[in-house]
Amino acid sequence: MATQQQPETPDIVKSRPWESGVPTRNPGTALDLDMVREIRVNRSAVERRVATLPGRRTVKKDWQASWLLKALTCIDLTTLSGDDTPGRVHRLCMKGRSPVRKDVLDVLGVSDLGIRVAAICVYHSMVEQACESLDGTGIPVTAVAAGFPAGLSPLTERIREVEASVAAGASEIDIVIQRQHVLNGNWPALFEEVHAFREACGEAHLKTIIATGDLATLRNVGRASLVCMMAGADFIKTSTGKEPVNATLPVSLVTLRAIRAYREATGIRVGFKAAGGISTAKDALNYLFLMKEELGRAWLEPELFRIGASSLLGDIERQLEHHVTGRYSASRRHPMG
Amino acid sequence: MSVAEIFNTMDYGPAPEDAKRAFAWLDEHDRSFGIFIGGDWRGQSTGSRFETINPANGQVIASIAQAGAADIDAAVLAAREAQPAWAALDGHGRARILYALARLVQRHSRMLSVLETIENGKPIRETRDIDIPLVARHFYYHAGWAQLLDSEYPGQEAIGVAGQIIPWNFPLLMLSWKIAPAIAAGNTVVLKPAEFTSLSALYFAGLCQEAGVPPGVINIVTGNGAVGEMIVGHSGIDKIAFTGSTEVGRHIRKATAGTGKKLTLELGGKSPFIVFDDADLDSAIEGLVDAIWLNQGQVCCAGSRLLVQESIADKAIAKLKARMTNLRVGNPLDKAIDIGAIVAPVQLQRIDALVRQGVDEGATLWQPDCELPPDGCFFPPSLFTDVTPSAHIAQEEIFGPVLVSMTFRTPAEAVALANNTRYGLAASIWTENINLALDIAPQLKAGVIWINSTNLFDASAGFGGYQESGFGREGGGEGMWEYLKPKFESRLTPCLDYVPVPANTASAETSAGIDRTAKMYIGGKQARPDSGYSRGVAGPDGTPIAEVGEGNRKDIRNAVEAARKAAGWGKATAHNRAQILYYIAENLEARAPEFAERLTAMTGATKGKAKAEVAASIRRLFSYGAWADKFEGSVHTPPMHDLTFAVNEPLGIIGIVCPIEMPLLGFVSLVAPAIAMGNRVVAVPSEAHPLSATDLYQVFDTSDVPGGVINIVTGARDELAKVLADHDEVDGIWYAGSADGCAVLEAASIGNIKRTWMMRSKRDWLNAEQGEGREFLRHATQVKNIWVPYGE
Repeated sequence: MATQQQPETPDIVKSRPWESGVPTRNPGTALDLDMVREIRVNRSAVERRVATLPGRRTVKKDWQASWLLKALTCIDLTTLSGDDTPGRVHRLCMKGRSPVRKDVLDVLGVSDLGIRVAAICVYHSMVEQACESLDGTGIPVTAVAAGFPAGLSPLTERIREVEASVAAGASEIDIVIQRQHVLNGNWPALFEEVHAFREACGEAHLKTIIATGDLATLRNVGRASLVCMMAGADFIKTSTGKEPVNATLPVSLVTLRAIRAYREATGIRVGFKAAGGISTAKDALNYLFLMKEELGRAWLEPELFRIGASSLLGDIERQLEHHVTGRYSASRRHPMG
Repeated sequence: MSVAEIFNTMDYGPAPEDAKRAFAWLDEHDRSFGIFIGGDWRGQSTGSRFETINPANGQVIASIAQAGAADIDAAVLAAREAQPAWAALDGHGRARILYALARLVQRHSRMLSVLETIENGKPIRETRDIDIPLVARHFYYHAGWAQLLDSEYPGQEAIGVAGQIIPWNFPLLMLSWKIAPAIAAGNTVVLKPAEFTSLSALYFAGLCQEAGVPPGVINIVTGNGAVGEMIVGHSGIDKIAFTGSTEVGRHIRKATAGTGKKLTLELGGKSPFIVFDDADLDSAIEGLVDAIWLNQGQVCCAGSRLLVQESIADKAIAKLKARMTNLRVGNPLDKAIDIGAIVAPVQLQRIDALVRQGVDEGATLWQPDCELPPDGCFFPPSLFTDVTPSAHIAQEEIFGPVLVSMTFRTPAEAVALANNTRYGLAASIWTENINLALDIAPQLKAGVIWINSTNLFDASAGFGGYQESGFGREGGGEGMWEYLKPKFESRLTPCLDYVPVPANTASAETSAGIDRTAKMYIGGKQARPDSGYSRGVAGPDGTPIAEVGEGNRKDIRNAVEAARKAAGWGKATAHNRAQILYYIAENLEARAPEFAERLTAMTGATKGKAKAEVAASIRRLFSYGAWADKFEGSVHTPPMHDLTFAVNEPLGIIGIVCPIEMPLLGFVSLVAPAIAMGNRVVAVPSEAHPLSATDLYQVFDTSDVPGGVINIVTGARDELAKVLADHDEVDGIWYAGSADGCAVLEAASIGNIKRTWMMRSKRDWLNAEQGEGREFLRHATQVKNIWVPYGE
């Protein structure tokens, strides 16, 4: 395969001032129940904040194109279907490697930025295929694990599942928590389980899916997020995509504020993954606005922000082509994943 | 900047709203506007014009007519001529017009938003997402009241022509708050927009033509404060509604004193924003953004005084500073701007001067590092810490993006600090404990309370202040009363001046019994008059029949002080107050023959009439015993997850100056509703026939009326009334007397912006429609709207 000579990347693009001196992993802390109980969430105020945010922030023209590209690089391109096959996963991986048509990237002047999705997210049995398809790209493979999506199989099996996926090459593990621990306020049990998964992950990054749609209250969302961080989660992920309601801006805001509280208490940055139901470019931008406003610039990078999605990419591609041509685009003009 | 660079910086970039169509509209009018009278445009009589300027860049937008006296005459005449037919149109007919206005506002919403933003400087987000939708909602809501007027406000009619003067901070929203209820009730209006912001009102005039508003129903005259004065002073206007500064409000109260013009004033504020240690702190901080940085803080109900519990103060201030760093200040037409331009250089200078004063006084100023546009009137979001209540900036309304913060230790101290102000417009309470929130809300002296929220508005919930924040309500069912009057009023004859009967030198004819010279009744005890003098009470033929104390200003002072100490009455249960009113009736009845005899002796009333007056007084006491626990508030359901409780609260201390005639029934008719609603009263009984009131002392004593709830000072009516009207601890004054007397009292009431109820016409106290009921209870109360958004 002929390697293309890439032009020198301009300095401003290389500089990443928001990264300075921050640990890339969350080692976790002891379980601090006082801090957990201190979390208070006023739903109506949270709803007002997210309802007004899209009116307060918007990006136009080149800014919109840049922000959409950023959203794209934060996508965990996902297939979690019972009918997944190695062939299907390979196709998805190839799409993730070059998610946007080259001619579009050329006009935008970003061909040399290495635009690609953040990760490919699959079930354990597809990890091997994904690793093979992504070999040499540096794109991580994410495996959902721990009895996904309900999380109710025996703990030893769930831990073994994590170990198996790591052994198969997954460098990120998305585990699900047992919702019963949250609903019953059994924070030590939640802490212990997540901590066990963190151990089982080894070098792999741990994302904990708190399944906000099952947690009933926003307070539970905030408290569950915090306990998972104390137990060593590198990311808090909203949903499996299988709950009746998946990622929403209110639950995301609550989780982000828990992430901020953890940062204020420990200095450690934990990432956020919104999963399920984010399918339009406009949705994705709103999430980016929320990240920037609540947590700051550092959380606009795949190291700290992910969107778990499958159809979102297609909409972003069409918007980018529209930006380049001025004409509204059609799906068939973009290679499918 | 290239896409690649933006991809790295992730800045927001410009996102300007296109103002082309607004400017095209301005160009269609050659950037020059006349005044709107009788449904049509006309040139102003003065020949003088002024420029309206975009505060974000200093550019002249258009030339506005300066109306003159002849224009105001013409506008008032047009309104006057249009009013009978407009009122005669049935409610449905008026509802259709209001509905059309609502629809037109929606159809022209973006044009109106852009016009407001370029003229006022507030962010397009606010005009587009808040102001204009609320305007449409206000017209929809009041189309409903027009439709339901006859069934829901029976016995009421329009006041006539309303003169309305609105501020520049919410130009079209304030226009809708004024016009919608006025025309729904059948009034016609002459409205003056603020000098800085005429354009949306002028655009609205065009919508009136399109909606088929009959000519003369809505008249819009532009100009400076002089035009406002002409409206206030115009004899053809029956009602003035004003929103603006407390200073101008005082001036208007004085200027209209004694004219019989009805008045609503929505004035300034220094509203507290109270954060308890168990609040959702992140949400509270976000709430502050809406409280003090909405519309650059140029909001009368802005949460400008942060009161935060000491234990969480450091954390709260740190979070607040972090949040302030994210605020974007800039071109108000930009769709991603949080803070736009201050309305005009003069306001910017005022804000700047107050901030300097705050720094000079030793408070710590903090402003985020934010870039301000080089041109235009911009001021950074500002926070003062180390502020004490004695600092000027803690008391004075800054009307800019400047927050002052103080700490408290206990809920009681939070209330004390919150109420440590002359104003009383709004307050926010942040706590996750509903018990605490609902305990604090009634204790705050403010017309609007937002629990875990701030600056929420809806047409269904009344808005208006306590104390020096003004009186009257806009919105809700209560707002309609401001534009209605009882139909019977026009049939009444005016009260005449009271000419005291010269004191007869002969000493009071005493029977063989022990001397019973009545004293004052203060704090539940009989007190000798401070003056040491008595005054004679004459019988119908002029012969002295008794003496009462000659009250003076010190007796009033003492009475008010006693009333102040009896504040517990307002917190007593309504059931308890009802019991006491029944008990008074019971004890009065036990002595009915004696009271009837006294009436005959004083007034010469026939035995039958005297008996009837006593009987009516007993009935009236029963009525208010009945009402005490039945004049209840309501619960609004604005279009959000919220319950808004409209609570009828007592005014506090009411000075009641009783009519000369019907000395017992007149006294009871006014005092009973006041105390039924939880007020304390300082009453000046009938000057000519005070003995019916003084005879009641023993009735009160035996009826368990707590000391200080009812205080009675006898003497020269108008002298004592003036002292009451001047007294800043007195919250309201009622006066049944001549126009001249009303003029003095209304003018004197401006010290603390008292609620005044001047009964210039002679009521038939025996007639239940004129002498009792909801009208009295409304005057005895003020509505507090408590917003309780919910959701777990």
